[in-house]
Amino acid sequence: MNRQPMNRLATDGAMTRDTPRGPSREEGLPGLVADWGSDQRVFKQVPWGKAMMWLFLLSDIFIFACLLVSYMTVRITSTDPWPDTSEVFALEMGGQHVPLLLIAIMTFVLISSSGTMALAVKYGYERNRWATALLLILTALLGATFVGMQAFEWTKLIQEGARPWGNPWGAAQFGASFFLITGFHGTHVSFGVLFLLIMTVKVARGSLDKQRPGFLTGRKGRYEMVETLGLYWHFVDLVWVFIFAFFYLW
Amino acid sequence: MAHQDTAHPEGQRHPIGIYLWVWFLLFVLSVFSYLVDYLGFEGYLKWTLITLFMLLKAGLIIAVFMHMVWERLAIICVVLVPPGVLVFLMLLMAIEGHYVLLTRLQHFIS
Repeated sequence: MNRQPMNRLATDGAMTRDTPRGPSREEGLPGLVADWGSDQRVFKQVPWGKAMMWLFLLSDIFIFACLLVSYMTVRITSTDPWPDTSEVFALEMGGQHVPLLLIAIMTFVLISSSGTMALAVKYGYERNRWATALLLILTALLGATFVGMQAFEWTKLIQEGARPWGNPWGAAQFGASFFLITGFHGTHVSFGVLFLLIMTVKVARGSLDKQRPGFLTGRKGRYEMVETLGLYWHFVDLVWVFIFAFFYLW
Repeated sequence: MAHQDTAHPEGQRHPIGIYLWVWFLLFVLSVFSYLVDYLGFEGYLKWTLITLFMLLKAGLIIAVFMHMVWERLAIICVVLVPPGVLVFLMLLMAIEGHYVLLTRLQHFIS
């Protein structure tokens, strides 16, 4: 193993010049041990806002996991047959019966928004203000489209008789699982859209370039905030990947 | 050079190609997931394929879109190790669930 002397890395520039995050050290396992040392800031190269977002997402992972595990449990224990999601969420398009169509479109919309968000983060770090703002508003629009389609889906299902305590297709627990899981996810998307709009305004008016403090905080604006918001948005997409697989396809 | 840090050294900066590739792969994997349902696969084949595509998509999003492959091991471990216990929870509840189903069926039959 090729260990480099620490003092060389500590003085060689880029990372330390204008970021107060401590010097870069060794990579890999020795780096992990060194980072957790008592004289060290643990999360190097990560601004605290980003570290805190990761911890928030970690707690959110546990909440969504609890919802999905409860869904698994009621589905296993139910003595009635579970409704065939492929048919429940089918749509009639041009006289044709397409299974799970709406859900597929929603999946593509959310993945598209994840892509535009990733590019927004990239252009943010390149200080390309208008590209960032444009991609952020595009992400917000795609997110709003997703929520709109979810509202349509809920309306359709409720009209067909789905309730948290029963439904016409099978096991009564289906409704409770559906409304809780997709509702909780939809709430996450809605708040994401709200934050995306706020961030679009911040970027567009140049608050991040001028490091202007926020409305509710004295913290100066930085383009890292776009990446932190991006983490949240990708997480929302990530959760949908699991919901799509476990709830709609299984 | 997208990797070269000049004026602004902080933050994650990577070439645009990798983002576009991952974006494209996510679309392809989603189409595959949808096809599993559309073609009407059943049983273990269906469940294996769904899980495989799900994990691939999740891995790509976390690794590239959330920049995890470029982070230091300290934050990777903090984020990715704790959810491991959730697999254990899932396993326990699956065992428990099958037991509950058994007792229910027993009750309804007798």
